[in-house]
Amino acid sequence: MHEMGIMQGILDASFEAAQNAGKSKISLVKVTIGELTEIQDYALEFAFEALTKDTMAEDAKLEMTFLEPKSTCQDCGHTYTHDHFTMTCPECGSFDVKLIQGRELQIDAIEAD
Amino acid sequence: MTQIDIQKPILDLNDKLAQRNHELFNEKGVFVLDLMASPGAGKTSTILATIAGLRDRYKIAVIEGDIASRVDADKIKAHGIPAVQINTGGACHLESDMIKRAIDVLDLDNLDLIIIENVGNLVCPSDFYLGEHAKVMILSVPEGHDKPYKYPNIFQISEAVILNKVDTMSVFDFNEEEFDGVVHSLNPKAPVFKIAATKGQGVDEWTDYLAKRIEEVRSRAQA
Repeated sequence: MHEMGIMQGILDASFEAAQNAGKSKISLVKVTIGELTEIQDYALEFAFEALTKDTMAEDAKLEMTFLEPKSTCQDCGHTYTHDHFTMTCPECGSFDVKLIQGRELQIDAIEAD
Repeated sequence: MTQIDIQKPILDLNDKLAQRNHELFNEKGVFVLDLMASPGAGKTSTILATIAGLRDRYKIAVIEGDIASRVDADKIKAHGIPAVQINTGGACHLESDMIKRAIDVLDLDNLDLIIIENVGNLVCPSDFYLGEHAKVMILSVPEGHDKPYKYPNIFQISEAVILNKVDTMSVFDFNEEEFDGVVHSLNPKAPVFKIAATKGQGVDEWTDYLAKRIEEVRSRAQA
């Protein structure tokens, strides 16, 4: 998996935001991850620890929010959450569905001093 | 302590460069296919079969992504097709800046189709937009019909699925019905093309589909 690369992206954006705000220490990094990315929390945590060492985010905490998969049926308009495998509409059985949540990979905010 | 809102996709930089690649492809009317599969599933054989089926109609180039070596690019070039090798140096997938560097050495004005052969991997390539028009994945029969359960992500984000080496189905006890069922529930709209690339079996349906997609991009660029 490429959690290391993902985490480097998170930290690059965090460092940039902190520096732009004139801050020198990051204490918290908040991210939102869609479950369908299959990103694993322990792997992301491991990458966070490894990559923050000797940086302005050393000792910072990582807060992860996971979002479950959600789709809207393009035939009947029903919106529903579902597992990782079955996307078909539970109301009308249509296959014409649109995923509206579950593939996020987003950095939300940081706390810095 | 101050909270600073960022609200940005983590792969923002990759996605922005990919979007620039995409706009360039559209402007030049070049259809770009990102082909993903495990090592040994038959990516290069499928590309060669696709070239054989479409080279009379379209001008084709190939971008080869591998961790190391240039054996794949050499195989493609031996067929008189321009090929650029990208070595990722250990990275498990291609990113959009690598594609940008590769297309800088290709003559886009003289191409209709670029096939990107991604690094052999069913996990990582699926998260990275390169600017392509379609991501298509190949699974090969010897890998087993249960792979969609184990790697659902790649089956969901692919526009179409190619099942390769179908001539070996009886040897490997591949449950075709179960495979079709789970692929359909993961990605209800994706067509599944069943081929034996090295024998040319089933390749026409796939190249017909691809030709339609190429025409869409060409006609938009001409309009």
